[in-house]
Amino acid sequence: MPVLWLFLIVIALGAIGYFLGRQRALASAGGESRHLHSLPSYYGANAFLWAVAPALLLLAAWLLIQPLVIENRVSGMIPEEIIEEGSSRSLVMSDVRRVAEGLDIAVEQGAMTAEEANSLRAEATDIRELLGGVGVALGAEVRPEVLNAAQRYRALSSTGRWLMSGLVLVLALGGLGLAWARSDKAFRARNVVEASIKGLLVLASTIAILTTLGIVLSLIFNTVEFFRLYPALDFFTGLTWSPSFGGGSQLGILPLLWGTLYISLIALLVAVPVGLLAAVYLSEYASSHTRAIAKPMLEVLAGIPTIVYGLFALLTVGPLLVNAFGQEGLLGVAWMKGGTAVMTAGLVMGVMLIPFVSSLSDDIINAVPQAMRDGSLGLGATQSETVKQVVLPAALPGIVGAILLAASRAIGETMIVVLGAGAAAKLSLNPFEAMTTVTAKIVSQLTGDADFASPEALVAFALGMTLFVITLGLNIFALYIVRKYREQYE
Amino acid sequence: MTDLSANPAGGGAPAAKTGGSLYASDARTRRRNAAEKRFRIYGMIAVGIGLAFVVALLGVILVNGTRGFQQTYLTVPVYLDPAKLDKKGERKLEDIKKVSTFGYSPLIDNAIQKILADRGIDGTFEKPKEYRALLSASAAAQVRDYVLADPRVIGETVEFRLLASSRVDGYLKGRVTRESIARDKNISAAHLDLADGMLAAGLMKKTFNWAFITGADASESRPEQAGMGVSMLGSLFMMLVVLGLSLPIGVAASIYLEEFAPKNRFTDLIEVNISNLAAVPSIVFGILGLAVFIQFAHLPQSAPLVGGLVLTLMTLPTIIISTRAALKAVPPSIRDAALGVGASKMQSVFHHVLPLAMPGILTGTIIGLAQALGETAPLLLIGMVGYIASNYPDGIASGFLDPNSAMPAQIYEWAKRADPAYYERAWGGIIILLLFLMTMNIIAIILRRRFERRW
Repeated sequence: MPVLWLFLIVIALGAIGYFLGRQRALASAGGESRHLHSLPSYYGANAFLWAVAPALLLLAAWLLIQPLVIENRVSGMIPEEIIEEGSSRSLVMSDVRRVAEGLDIAVEQGAMTAEEANSLRAEATDIRELLGGVGVALGAEVRPEVLNAAQRYRALSSTGRWLMSGLVLVLALGGLGLAWARSDKAFRARNVVEASIKGLLVLASTIAILTTLGIVLSLIFNTVEFFRLYPALDFFTGLTWSPSFGGGSQLGILPLLWGTLYISLIALLVAVPVGLLAAVYLSEYASSHTRAIAKPMLEVLAGIPTIVYGLFALLTVGPLLVNAFGQEGLLGVAWMKGGTAVMTAGLVMGVMLIPFVSSLSDDIINAVPQAMRDGSLGLGATQSETVKQVVLPAALPGIVGAILLAASRAIGETMIVVLGAGAAAKLSLNPFEAMTTVTAKIVSQLTGDADFASPEALVAFALGMTLFVITLGLNIFALYIVRKYREQYE
Repeated sequence: MTDLSANPAGGGAPAAKTGGSLYASDARTRRRNAAEKRFRIYGMIAVGIGLAFVVALLGVILVNGTRGFQQTYLTVPVYLDPAKLDKKGERKLEDIKKVSTFGYSPLIDNAIQKILADRGIDGTFEKPKEYRALLSASAAAQVRDYVLADPRVIGETVEFRLLASSRVDGYLKGRVTRESIARDKNISAAHLDLADGMLAAGLMKKTFNWAFITGADASESRPEQAGMGVSMLGSLFMMLVVLGLSLPIGVAASIYLEEFAPKNRFTDLIEVNISNLAAVPSIVFGILGLAVFIQFAHLPQSAPLVGGLVLTLMTLPTIIISTRAALKAVPPSIRDAALGVGASKMQSVFHHVLPLAMPGILTGTIIGLAQALGETAPLLLIGMVGYIASNYPDGIASGFLDPNSAMPAQIYEWAKRADPAYYERAWGGIIILLLFLMTMNIIAIILRRRFERRW
């Protein structure tokens, strides 16, 4: 792993720089650290930073940019006519990369020498067989143009690598030398080091922005790509969801949205009353002893991973509901055909959301000042009247916010619906029927073997975009409600 | 409250007018008291429902999962026939290697037939081949590996502990019944009778299943062989990535936002982003990982490194939020005192504030890690599912870069398979996963109790 080695060498250079810089600064002050501007370790750290930071930045930038540049150069080599019908330049390029990778592995395993790899002719040797022998399976015969491009790709990569190693090392040594030369008792090492540490802190905090940017860009690019292949109007208004990888699929989002909302609704119908009443009871009625036991117990539900709830829905709740509502069930109503249904997923998701609703409402109820309760009780209201007519109205904006947050959780939940809700996209009112959701379809469209250029796979990004916008909208709306209608006490 | 006093019509005439005793409550008071009691009971019921769900969930997990930790084994002395295994008789490894597992199966069949006859157990079959339904498909491979490891054993009779097939295993655990196998091609009621006989004779035994904890996943047809070990390693490598990246980045970001950041648009933008990221559904992070790390940066699919990167981005908001709370809890007097004796701002933060906030930061980090450990949805999109994690990684680099599964992904994979024998494994896997999460949470609680300071 040459990059790892390069990295370690740069770090080692930095460590050497630390001792050299520290020593030189001390020597310039005649061994008396009192005469230095900064503590000796700052001179060391200064040298370390100068040796490591520019070199590593260059390394990172090079690693990011080199593949793009090479890709560009090589893809220009592929003539238009070898790109087949139904294929694209990017597919041919992935062939090129695969062949280049295969050649690398072949050289590494000793199946051929580096010169042989560069002088191979597709007309003379069976590349596919050769690479198959070292464990790289190729889909089709290798064309001479592809092989040429792959060889060019390898050549460019290896020159790029050499150039990169050289420049990074030169930069590290240069930085080290510069910092060493500047290590003098009058040099304000601490200020420089602290400024660069602050730079690092700022860099770390921009990662949040970069993540959001990454999410938005990756969603937007692929969604636009999808809308180029499939009309946006059909996507947003279509009533059927039937993807078929052969083509001619109908990708209407409405059945999925309906399933998502229906399941979320059932989940909220379970979670909101139970969570809210539990929060009221625990904060207004329960003794501190009960509270100390019941509250953490309820919060156990929040700590359980969603895959566990998914399994619970699939293997326990589903069969239980079928026993009750299915054919030959206890109630003899035959409403339910299989274990996976809107009801199954909704109930289990409701259980998952109980602690979410109850702990949020608990915080909000506790924030209502005691004086208001005392006032109400003093006027002769019973405790429940106080709760219903004083505490809850005062806490209402917060509670609505909590419910909206719970709704956004329910809409974005994946594992429970993937396992518990079924796979058929339907527009139906029967809660005992299997339906599917936006998240479940994102998973199923992206985990198949479809290639990423087909509308059937790209639709997942459009679904993700819709999901992202809906949940973000709900969250912002929740915050807005809380801010706008919050009662300010004191 | 206001309508209570303003609306006496709803509650009937005031008590004073009736002239009754204060000791006897009137109808309206009784109604109000009944309403009070009802409301209280509703609250109790709600708490009760919540707790009942906790108990039911944990109970279902325990009842179904403990089965996964037991496995049925057959102890059979197998005669390693030289005529079958090494026809040339030269004991050359190449010759012995030519005999595939199909060559070993008859030896095991004969061995079972022999021991059944020796012990006088009824219900033997005509054809020795029929005994195969009792055993896992891995049995022949186990014997073959043993022989290949030391070819000198050929010709001897060696006692093997072989895995029983999942049907037999399920029968002894009560999952498979005679009715349920009526249409099963793989096994017949006669096999189950035989299993009863062998159990009574002590040839078949149910023991604790270490292989489930340490072993690798197996192909769809051999649930008896599947284990969690490899996916546990996958999770471990992912958590190393998450810890190594999210702790330094999260702490650095929190220090900047809490201690240095000026109040301006840029800071506001960061804050808004962090709080929004905390609410983004996890599947969207999976899409990000697929698009950025796999499609754009060409990192290897299914690799714990990529999983770790995605989970890092997911846990960062959690860690930043708890770290900021911990930094905020350190009183300003500490900072002032440090500045007063001549420390720079940076020194006051790194030498004084950060060490004091460390317990809180670690608690938040552990809780963030626990969340990341149980997260499944983003892993589905970066290809950590649908992959049979059957090989242990052979080194640190391969641990990060080679395809692997993770604990929750492995559980999901098992839950999707058709054979009900896998469900038992999935529940067992959940027990292991929950044990990890419990340990992490307990450590976090202990850290908080032990080191948290109230100022």
